Amino acid sequence: MLTIRSSFARSRGPAIALMNAPDRMLHPSNGTASGRELAVRARKVSVVYPSADAPVQALSEIDLAIAPGEFVSLIGPSGCGKTTLLRVIADLEPITSGTVEVNGMSPHEARLARAYGYVFQSPALFPWRTVLANVMLPLQIQGRDAATCKSVAMEQLARVGLGGFEKKYPWQLSGGMQQRVSIARALGFEPRLLMMDEPFGALDEITRDRLNEQLQQLWRREKRTVVFVTHSIAEAAYLSTRIVVMSPRPGRILKVIASPLPDERDLGMRDSPEFVAVAHELREALAIGSGRSVDV
Amino acid sequence: MSERARRVVPVGVVLVGVVVLWYAGAVWLNAPGAIERVMTPKGPYGFADLVAATWSMERPVLPAPHQVAIDLWTSLVDWPLDSPRNLLFHAAVTAQSTIVGFVLGTLLGVALAGAIVHSRTLDRALLPWIVASQTVPVLAIAPIVLVILGSLGFSGIAPKAAIAMYLCFFPVTVAMVQGLRSPQRIDTELMHTYAATRMQAFWLLRLPAALPFLFPSLRVGVAAGLVGAMVAELPTGAQAGLGAKLLTGSYYGNTIGIWSALVMSALLGLVLVAAVSAAERIVLRQRRFG
Repeated sequence: MLTIRSSFARSRGPAIALMNAPDRMLHPSNGTASGRELAVRARKVSVVYPSADAPVQALSEIDLAIAPGEFVSLIGPSGCGKTTLLRVIADLEPITSGTVEVNGMSPHEARLARAYGYVFQSPALFPWRTVLANVMLPLQIQGRDAATCKSVAMEQLARVGLGGFEKKYPWQLSGGMQQRVSIARALGFEPRLLMMDEPFGALDEITRDRLNEQLQQLWRREKRTVVFVTHSIAEAAYLSTRIVVMSPRPGRILKVIASPLPDERDLGMRDSPEFVAVAHELREALAIGSGRSVDV
Repeated sequence: MSERARRVVPVGVVLVGVVVLWYAGAVWLNAPGAIERVMTPKGPYGFADLVAATWSMERPVLPAPHQVAIDLWTSLVDWPLDSPRNLLFHAAVTAQSTIVGFVLGTLLGVALAGAIVHSRTLDRALLPWIVASQTVPVLAIAPIVLVILGSLGFSGIAPKAAIAMYLCFFPVTVAMVQGLRSPQRIDTELMHTYAATRMQAFWLLRLPAALPFLFPSLRVGVAAGLVGAMVAELPTGAQAGLGAKLLTGSYYGNTIGIWSALVMSALLGLVLVAAVSAAERIVLRQRRFG
């Protein structure tokens, strides 16, 4: 707990200093005449899994555009296809019909161009590598020289508040710290797009709040595009600039809610009328999706 | 009781039991021969005389432990290291072909496993043959290999190492196929999102993940390789090696010699397995799960 608190205090410092640096994330110039390109563009995307009796429609005609610098959450009950949609964007799942573009490329090209970082539900750290070596992994794969790998990894670890833990092994860290290592790993090669699949789902609520706060600060200072899958209403409302509500059988988008909250947020805002209104709207949309009425 | 004592005492009790049984067995098995060849010519004798005789025969059916120990010890201290009467000389000859065969077998096993996990075709084509290769008894294969390699001009260590390798590669292949396939889906997907090449995924994920599977198979492999090397020494009429020593011992009815060669090969096996375990501890010293 002490380490989390102190690291949290430390991460506030450089936040201001770094705020100007990644402005290019907001206005990426793709060098073409079409001007500003979207981070993610999905048109009529369907994913159908063949099965013995009836084929399963995991995603049905999804249309979604995400602009650079947005923080978009995908929320819905299990089976609504939110993780599938994320995996489609990440080229981890093939689509049955429709088109997907990531930074103007196909997901496959975007993956080969290392355009995105992906954070899984579990940390997926290699137990034989130290914390530092785990964060260095994607940089090594990209063929950066050893010194660069090391300095970038050290910097990323400091940013998630894990400076001083470089030489530890994953099993020596708590679950929340492990997930922060995996976030540092995903950010190390400066991807323009960060995809997170319920990254804090397995953590206790106190740790989760802290990590939400840190993630919000990280997004605010770097303005990378984030696509975030969650099943927590509070998490989605606190973090997102836009929230995509999805519904199962077939997996589809029910509603897109733009957050009225300012970019600069703190956990105290969760009691503000704006936050409560967003949470209520979300809860209502989710209830409609599951065919129930709301009595809140 | 201290931790060390707790571990040593049970082993010690079994050891004492074995030695007692061994001495009793020596009396039982050697008594007929002792009565016929030693006691009867001397005239009347008591039980104590009989027991003493069964434990000190020149060619007993079952030599007593101290006879084997003395024979082993004198072979080590009374003869120079390069003498064929020194058991360490034979142990070194056998160890050499075992180690060469073990290294080659391990490389072959890892290479085969790598090929099998990367190609579904090779998986289907090779695995049944690899399993079938181990159903052929090594005693049947050994003379054939020796004849063929001999006709090609390979003699000395190469044929023996080839047979050691033949026994070594199998456990390594099987364990490495399992180990190289052990990374979870989330780990391979992680490498996929980094657009890692197959080679990168192999070196950075599959191989390190397979190491905990590799070492137990290496322990089995080195012990099997020792068997292979000794079997290979039997049909060659080899002059040196623990297998040759066992064979000459049985030719001349030198039972004590057979037993000391046997004890020597057991010690060699222990040393080889201990060396693999030491390597494992060094390589996997940072691993812990949980």
